[in-house]
Amino acid sequence: MLLDDKDRIFRNIYGFHDAGLKGARQRGSWDGTKLLIDQGQDWVINEVKTSGLRGRGGAGFPTGLKWSFMPKNDARPSYLVINADESEPGSCKDREIMRNDPHLLIEGALIAAFAMRAHTSYIYVRGEFIREREALQRAIDEAYDARLIGPNNIHGWDFDLFVHHGAGAYICGEETALLESLEGKKGQPRLKPPFPANVGLYGAPTTVNNVESIAVVPDILRRGAAWFASLGLPNNTGTKLFQISGHVECPCVVEEEMGIPIRQLIEDHCGGVRGGWDNLLAVIPGGSSMPLIPAAQCQDLTMDFDSLVKLKSGLGTAAIIVLDKSADVIKAIRRIAYFYKHESCGQCTPCREGTGWMWRVLERMERGQAEKREIDLLFDVSKQVEGHTICALGDAAAWPVQGLLRNFRDVIEARIDQYQASHKEAAE
Amino acid sequence: MAVRRLHPEQPTSFAFSNENLAWVQKTMAKYPPGKQASAVIPVLWRAQEQNDGWLTEPAIRVIADMLGMAYIRVYEVATFYTMFQLAPVGLKAHVQVCGTTPCMLRGAEELIHVCKTRIAPHQHELSADGDFSWEEVECLGSCANAPMVQIFKDTYEDLTPLLLEKVLDGFQRGTPPKPGSQVGRQVSAPAGKPTTLNDPALYDGSGVGAWKKRFEQTAAEAPVAAAAPAAPPPVASAPIEAKPAAAPAEKPPVHPAALAAMANAGLVKELEGRGDGKPLSPDQMSAIRAKMAASAPPVAETTGGKPATLEAPRGGKADDLKLIWGVGPKLEKGLNRIGIFHFDQIAAWSDAETRWVEKELNDSFGSAERDKWVEQAAKLATGWRPKSGAGDKPTSGGKG
Repeated sequence: MLLDDKDRIFRNIYGFHDAGLKGARQRGSWDGTKLLIDQGQDWVINEVKTSGLRGRGGAGFPTGLKWSFMPKNDARPSYLVINADESEPGSCKDREIMRNDPHLLIEGALIAAFAMRAHTSYIYVRGEFIREREALQRAIDEAYDARLIGPNNIHGWDFDLFVHHGAGAYICGEETALLESLEGKKGQPRLKPPFPANVGLYGAPTTVNNVESIAVVPDILRRGAAWFASLGLPNNTGTKLFQISGHVECPCVVEEEMGIPIRQLIEDHCGGVRGGWDNLLAVIPGGSSMPLIPAAQCQDLTMDFDSLVKLKSGLGTAAIIVLDKSADVIKAIRRIAYFYKHESCGQCTPCREGTGWMWRVLERMERGQAEKREIDLLFDVSKQVEGHTICALGDAAAWPVQGLLRNFRDVIEARIDQYQASHKEAAE
Repeated sequence: MAVRRLHPEQPTSFAFSNENLAWVQKTMAKYPPGKQASAVIPVLWRAQEQNDGWLTEPAIRVIADMLGMAYIRVYEVATFYTMFQLAPVGLKAHVQVCGTTPCMLRGAEELIHVCKTRIAPHQHELSADGDFSWEEVECLGSCANAPMVQIFKDTYEDLTPLLLEKVLDGFQRGTPPKPGSQVGRQVSAPAGKPTTLNDPALYDGSGVGAWKKRFEQTAAEAPVAAAAPAAPPPVASAPIEAKPAAAPAEKPPVHPAALAAMANAGLVKELEGRGDGKPLSPDQMSAIRAKMAASAPPVAETTGGKPATLEAPRGGKADDLKLIWGVGPKLEKGLNRIGIFHFDQIAAWSDAETRWVEKELNDSFGSAERDKWVEQAAKLATGWRPKSGAGDKPTSGGKG
């Protein structure tokens, strides 16, 4: 029971068709946008709330609720900032939206900005996505030329949309670091509160949303919140772009219903796990920051926020990294630990020092050159990083390590035994 | 974090070309007056592009002066963001190999080996002829096309060591290959025939305009039947704002929030009933869906606005209706007397039914409507709980 093609929102995600305005209109974008805007701000926010849409950037916060936090009568200008700093290892969906279906995003940005009474919006694209931001800029220029957006446009809501870019810092995907970066500073997260809805970009009310969250909004409004809510599972509604990488036959990005069983996702769209389902070792279900899930728990696992949380993991960006039995799981997590060590912004001591410490211990554990008591020590240190930092990067660095220790302790112990046995012989 | 410092040998000056200078002015205009500092990353990037791919100390000073920033602030930015190259890079190609786990699992280490043997033994080191350099970078966001490298603006994906050699040969000759997948895949579609988006009706323009029917129906005040949410479009959920003021009270549309909430409440109950927290199999999911469709939410009846009531709470346990802001012990007792025990019952009330209940409760203040019980109950029916036992006060605005 796969999602029907007609229920897909991203109809040109593979770029087989025209990404320009003409093609986008043919696929239903910019069709009667004025009618949607004429329903009023409260209607838009209510529909998004009713649809059950949860933010697609990783945390899964209800999008409509987030929008309703924006002040209604404020002398300051309001801003919509769209987070296209897609850097979570495993994630590669926003890239496809920006280069193949950019008008979904632009139309969504207009409607979202209208709902939040914002006249200006910035899209923060990660620095490496150079062709993607060029494609996006082309589409924005088209929209300006057709007076779909811009001052005095045909929709009756003045709206300027600018593409901004970063220069290679994962941390700028964190919303307050993104705002710092957009203001021309180092991307170091701010303390919350005050939340961006009160004090955001340039000290003004701001909402930061993921690309996918914004791009699905026009379709939700056209087809109705009830349509979106009817897809997926309760509290986990709608469709989602899944990204499957690692040890599958055909890695890909594909839009599916929330709550699809992971086995079905991998076997129907990715040609299965390399060497068959029984060759599966573990999956990392939501981008590198989410703890891995061993194969035994994957059999009936559904891909949605709530069922993954029950397994002490999370849906994150729905970027699934598959490991088959040929993979060295300690090495895979060690590389993730290095990633977080590299990307820590250095502001909070537990993260700056802890990420490097965890990586160095895992380096030794990968070789088996460690003591067994260090396994508990590593877990303890990861707990000292988790929850003790301004932003969630500390948590994101600690979780994959904890997932490894929870599920593959025997592998680490065997590696240590092996190392000690071989070095005993060498010493004799 | 990485320690990054400026190169010890620096040129004496830097100046933007006229073309780039015009571009810088245009970029600064994207930001509100006085906020030109926002342009610092794009402008630094342009300077790096103009200067053969690396950023010099004089460029940092020039840009700080242009944007009205202290030198140290621009220096901080240049050293914080790792895409700013602080030392000269290869003139023909600077190869950025993604080494993060998704690429590593599919052979990035072999690509790094190619770079080490062919270009230079260490990252950020120029090849003997100065044409090439390489570095290992963190995830470049092309994980479904791993392993991959980025050279200047373009990515080269689905690589093997042999294919990387070919790409580098191309740059050596000055004829770089076509960017993207090097095995002929279309972006991140699965290899072979795509498993999705094969319905030609998506692309013939037949989807344009069809959705407007829902809005026209509402505008014409046509009677709206509540369709089961499990049967996707056309679901007739009426836009809330478009509530016809003068319309007679009979058969009002069911609140769309109530529809979704009922569907959710049904499934949450089912899941909780199972109790083991285990995920569902596809078969089980279909079964639940079918059940949901069969027990469609009650349509507003024409019995003078009396809502559907129960003899006793389902399963003998009533919901704590006091969690609705505005409902105290007295009103809860009154509601139970009428036969209202659960949030989803309240969530399904139409406007006429709300008024009937208010009358029945002898409530001349109209608190049910004023305090938006229906909206609150819809939220509570999803399993959400307020922080305070008295409920959360509904915010003004929205449905009045």
